[in-house]
Amino acid sequence: MSATLAEKIIARAAGIDRVSPGEIVTCAVDLAMMHDSGGPRRVKPILEQLQTKVWSPDKVVVVTDHYVPAVDADSAAILDLARKWASQNNIEHFYDMQGICHVVLPERGHLRPGMFVVGGDSHSPTGGAFGCFMFGIGATDMAGVLVTGETWIRVPETIRIDINGALGDGVVAKDIILHLCARLGMGGGDYQVIEYTGETIASLSMQERMTLTNMTAELGAMTGLIAADNTTTDYIRNTGSDPGDIKRWQGDQNAVYRETHRVNADKLEPHVAAPHSPANSAPVSEISGEPVQQAYIGACTGAKLEDLKMAARVLKDNQVARTTRLLIAPASTRTTAAAAADGTLATLTEAGAILMPSGCGACAGYGAGVLAENETCISSTARNFKGRMGAASSNVYLGSPYTVAASAITGRISDPREFLNEDKQS
Amino acid sequence: MSSTITGKVWVFGDDIDTDVLAPGLYMKGSLELLASHCLESVDSDFASSVAEGEIVIAGENFGIGSSREQAAQVLKHLGIKAIIAKSFGGIFFRNALNYGLVALTSDELGQIKPGDRVSIKAATGELIHIDENTQLNCDLLPPGLLNMVEAGGLVPHLQQILSQQAEKGK
Ligand code: SF4
Repeated sequence: MSATLAEKIIARAAGIDRVSPGEIVTCAVDLAMMHDSGGPRRVKPILEQLQTKVWSPDKVVVVTDHYVPAVDADSAAILDLARKWASQNNIEHFYDMQGICHVVLPERGHLRPGMFVVGGDSHSPTGGAFGCFMFGIGATDMAGVLVTGETWIRVPETIRIDINGALGDGVVAKDIILHLCARLGMGGGDYQVIEYTGETIASLSMQERMTLTNMTAELGAMTGLIAADNTTTDYIRNTGSDPGDIKRWQGDQNAVYRETHRVNADKLEPHVAAPHSPANSAPVSEISGEPVQQAYIGACTGAKLEDLKMAARVLKDNQVARTTRLLIAPASTRTTAAAAADGTLATLTEAGAILMPSGCGACAGYGAGVLAENETCISSTARNFKGRMGAASSNVYLGSPYTVAASAITGRISDPREFLNEDKQS
Repeated sequence: MSSTITGKVWVFGDDIDTDVLAPGLYMKGSLELLASHCLESVDSDFASSVAEGEIVIAGENFGIGSSREQAAQVLKHLGIKAIIAKSFGGIFFRNALNYGLVALTSDELGQIKPGDRVSIKAATGELIHIDENTQLNCDLLPPGLLNMVEAGGLVPHLQQILSQQAEKGK
């Protein structure tokens, strides 16, 4: 019997030989990740009510990112609670203000192929880039995991997205996923698993793969998966972790997919999603010209080191438009350190960008950088739902860091390829 | 269980996301504050007019987006007892059941208008559209999940499990 990668991981976690789509199984959780917003402040009262402790503190990672740095007494209290809870519950893997959870987790070597991981955040599919089955759950579900070390799932079918061809200069993973959002819609993933395959995927770096699996959440999938290869194992070894045996964590040749969608990367253009849904995506040529008051490069989706380098490549020897502000919030403290060391930050700030703390910030409308009524922003984040980044009447467009940077220069949504030529290599 | 939920409905379209249900601007505040802004960007009357025991009918992808379970919690707080949608965001679906909200899918919701009354039996998937005197059908929840919803959600359900374990340990 053949199995998909997802089925292999789920069966292992459920302690049985094989599973079939539709079946409900209970899985042992290898790692549980929570952040300050959906984590301690929500699970603490439930654990207290149940008068019980965390099943295995070494399998829990807590990250503060949503409300960092505190902007008022309420957010300070949320962070204070997270710190105290982590300490009282002996959570050794507590990353306080070190960056956004989905980026911190792999950076610190917590994700390995074949793991079954739950995250208290909807962008948990990001972890799927490392060949582990990682999906998002709410806080009550998380409390259940913390008490029992297990959770139930209905075994999902796997939808394959096979991507082949070479991406053009200025076209990146963000454009692939925006294209897929338009093509499949926010329900296209149908809470099944999406597995990405093909030569284009093989050629992508880990950070680019993470962008793709991250926004698999916008397709309504349970998670996105990319089977591990040498790129994966190199990344994991660099963090000091052991990737284990990756041969075991590949889908079988004749595995059954519910459907396969093919993408020709050669033909793909930079994409932009218009308000108020990632599914409102179209090639930038159809949307360009819209004035923007804010450009935002941030989030787990769009502010990793490679994202900042894309922006820097466009912004080098250019200036942000007078009518526009460009805010850049690197995804983690390690991202900031690396971007400072290699000169990327200097290029960005010389062009007029404003550097922000590492955290969710304006992405979720929780922190600094939110929008006024009727303002328009182009953002490298994942979601442009109504009111997400601030006032209810504000408008958010989504694009790659290249597109956001190009739009910051012109003050209007712009095709980044106009700013890229041979002598502007990163 | 065999309980029936009968009430007036609120009808929403497709893609009602978690930022519409639980807007980020109010996520730090109290549940009351957050609930008072629930759905305001699509129906400014909802939070102030909804009454205990009412029911939400929705289109595709209800609750798509964030994992914030306040999206389900505010509906429960406002008195909603059941949500029947064409489809749900996957995480929201789990969250709703964990809060003891009856969440069912159905393809037969087209004739139901705002303010109509319906009656739902989760155990059988029967949905009576009282105004039209028609019977519609919902997809069934697996028995394990139905039990959890009947118990009032995941926390009461865990309480039962933990007390059973304590009994055995004695
Ligand atoms: S940066 Fe945005 S998308 Fe990422 S975890 Fe934070 S709020 Fe969610």
